[in-house]
Amino acid sequence: MESTDAELIAAVLEGDTASFEPLVKKYLPRLFSTARRYARRDSEVEDIVQEIWSKAFQKLRTFRGDAPFEHWLMRLALHTCYDFLREHQRNRETTFTELTDAEGDWLDHFAASPDDASESAAAARQLVQRLLSMLSPEARMVITLLEIEEKSVKEIAKLTGWSVPLVKVRAFRARAEMRKCLARVARDKYV
Amino acid sequence: MNLTTLEQKLIAAARLYQPGDQVPYAFERRIMARLAETRPLDGWALWGQALGRSAVSCMAVTLLCGAALWYVEWQDRHHTDFSQQFETAVYLAAGQADESW
Repeated sequence: MESTDAELIAAVLEGDTASFEPLVKKYLPRLFSTARRYARRDSEVEDIVQEIWSKAFQKLRTFRGDAPFEHWLMRLALHTCYDFLREHQRNRETTFTELTDAEGDWLDHFAASPDDASESAAAARQLVQRLLSMLSPEARMVITLLEIEEKSVKEIAKLTGWSVPLVKVRAFRARAEMRKCLARVARDKYV
Repeated sequence: MNLTTLEQKLIAAARLYQPGDQVPYAFERRIMARLAETRPLDGWALWGQALGRSAVSCMAVTLLCGAALWYVEWQDRHHTDFSQQFETAVYLAAGQADESW
């Protein structure tokens, strides 16, 4: 019979480190999926996930058990992804001048006929990834959670530890920042 | 170009894209190997570390205060008090003037 998360955690805290492995195996896919929203390279994604588990192991004693372990782990994961974004701020793309041909074609198609431009096109996905990589860490986190994952402000506040008013302020600023980046796209491509 | 529509299209594209949840082969073993080198956080150990750090800071402050106190005392011992000398010179001059009368 499979042990519950609480039982595994209790075993780890008593010194049975091997009991941590079933937890790792269970939540790895979810963590990889989350990390892939904030990092492009496989090596970076793996580093983020390793860091999440390292922190989870170190801080396991602080898990009170009043909410599911998954919620606690996802909060830790988001903080780690946020730290990653802040550490790599300097690598943010600051210009849209090097669009690929596919991205350029998609934009041309959109400019000619906005309704016909497909959202499922790979070029559209590449463009949005490029756009997100231009945003500040706070803006990227809020846009990803609020607009893309469609979480509520309350959920975002719980996940990030930010207050609800702060999430709202950051959402407002993030949308403004994104609009600025898009305006730069239009300017760089067509002027 | 309508930027609002472009923004909506790009957000819709992002929503359609679900990042993969594939895990590299035997990744959990790499995690466990790395964790084998670390231990779960011990609250008492944290307290001990914090106390140790504060003890070092207190020692440093104590040494600085001691050095400052020693310096002030040294200054007092060797410092030439001009007001004392001036007073002595004035009374000496006044005493000499009295004698000359």
